[in-house]
Amino acid sequence: MSRQRIKAVVMGASWGGLEAYSTVLSRLPATLPVPVLLVQHQHPTAGDKLPWLLDTRTAMRVMRAMDKAALEPGCVYVAPPGYHMLVDNDHTLCYSLAPPVNYSRPSIDELFFSAGHVYGRGLLSVILTGANDDGAAGTRYIKQRGGITVAQSPQTAEAVIMPQAAIDTGCVDWTGDLVQIGDFVVEQVFGLQE
Amino acid sequence: MSGIPLTPEQGLSEPTPPPISDEQVNIEDIEIRLLLEAIYQLYGYDFRSYSKASLRRRVLHRLGMSGLPSIMAMTDRVLRDQAFFVTLLNDLTVNVTEMFRDPEFYRAFREEVVPVLKTFPFIKIWHAGCSTGEEIYSMAILLEEEGLYERAMLYATDIDKNVLAAAKKGIYSYAAIKVYSDNYRRAGGKASLADYYTAKYDGVIMDQRLKRNIVFADHDLATDQVFGEMNVIVCRNVLIYFDRDLQQRVFKLFRESLDMGGYLCLGTKESLRFSGCAEHFEPVVGDLRIFRKRQLMKREIR
Repeated sequence: MSRQRIKAVVMGASWGGLEAYSTVLSRLPATLPVPVLLVQHQHPTAGDKLPWLLDTRTAMRVMRAMDKAALEPGCVYVAPPGYHMLVDNDHTLCYSLAPPVNYSRPSIDELFFSAGHVYGRGLLSVILTGANDDGAAGTRYIKQRGGITVAQSPQTAEAVIMPQAAIDTGCVDWTGDLVQIGDFVVEQVFGLQE
Repeated sequence: MSGIPLTPEQGLSEPTPPPISDEQVNIEDIEIRLLLEAIYQLYGYDFRSYSKASLRRRVLHRLGMSGLPSIMAMTDRVLRDQAFFVTLLNDLTVNVTEMFRDPEFYRAFREEVVPVLKTFPFIKIWHAGCSTGEEIYSMAILLEEEGLYERAMLYATDIDKNVLAAAKKGIYSYAAIKVYSDNYRRAGGKASLADYYTAKYDGVIMDQRLKRNIVFADHDLATDQVFGEMNVIVCRNVLIYFDRDLQQRVFKLFRESLDMGGYLCLGTKESLRFSGCAEHFEPVVGDLRIFRKRQLMKREIR
């Protein structure tokens, strides 16, 4: 059994997210010993191109995962357009077509609540640029569960509403620009012990 | 410089919320199990093997809307208030669907499956988890256009009698029709979707002739048995709500319900990999999740 404290990383973004994710993920090594799960708000009819785009920007493996796939270290999981992406109790992926949350499907809160439940203090969450407040409630919950919560510093975000809403909950531990966030994730994942 | 740690005071507002321990989270899971047990014992609907994560989100969503103080209080209400149960049932079964949902699937079905079905004297098609019926009418229209409807029998089943009643009526909101028409066109439709419905008040009613070979029946994939000798089973975005064990049960049921060479059509994010019987199927259109039941070679039988 690994003794590292962080077991998984979750991220959420909306407006400006592709560029933001490209920068953050470019800082993460292929050897990152945890899975990274991310939600990018997209139109439901958007093609499923995001994993392919992001795969060209990071050393990690970006997956096009199926329902019930077991989460693996070193891999990035991208919520498909039109589905919520959750983490199930047995650390497998679980998709859902339940109604949109915060007008969004996939919703960041749905991912954050499910992962916060399962991983508790073993979770690190990141909120990046975006133009609505999806992810704020989920950030609060992850904080309550003892996880580590990060938001992009609003002055560096293409759209400030989403990181600001997370910060306004009073439950964000740390802020930084995109490069700093990438490095912070690596530092925490490798550095923190149980 | 390495970013800024924030103290809670720097966040604008609220007092720090109380911690939620692993034990509290475990108790929440137990409360949900008791709720599901109550539902099963009183109403006979079996959600006990559904995916824990999606169920929890649906239950907590209804809890938030209901104003009830706890999941235990909700269980109490479910036991004594049937109308409340019906509302919760609708949450748990997630009835989200569209006509010609994922148009590429219907296009592939037309191009890859229909030519084979045309060689059969009689076709049986089972839509498992048909919800409010949008996809069964889509299939009926497709078969009409391909000249197959007269020799087809369509079985539309769902666990929830209320949505089955809606499916039978075939009345849909006018607002949704624009999306459906667009889907229909992208699915390779040969006419106009408007040829298959009549506008009525603020909705549309499907041409009732589309129903002449459709049988609607309630059927619970978690507890009920084989539905025999099907040429096609369509079950899209239903299995995502089940846990792996229940998925395996259902895949076995599908395998036994399909004729040799019969087609199994799944949702675009659903996989046979965890089905326990992947070797019994071969992909026809892999990325659109259309599979065909195949004969195992002698050496493959374990």
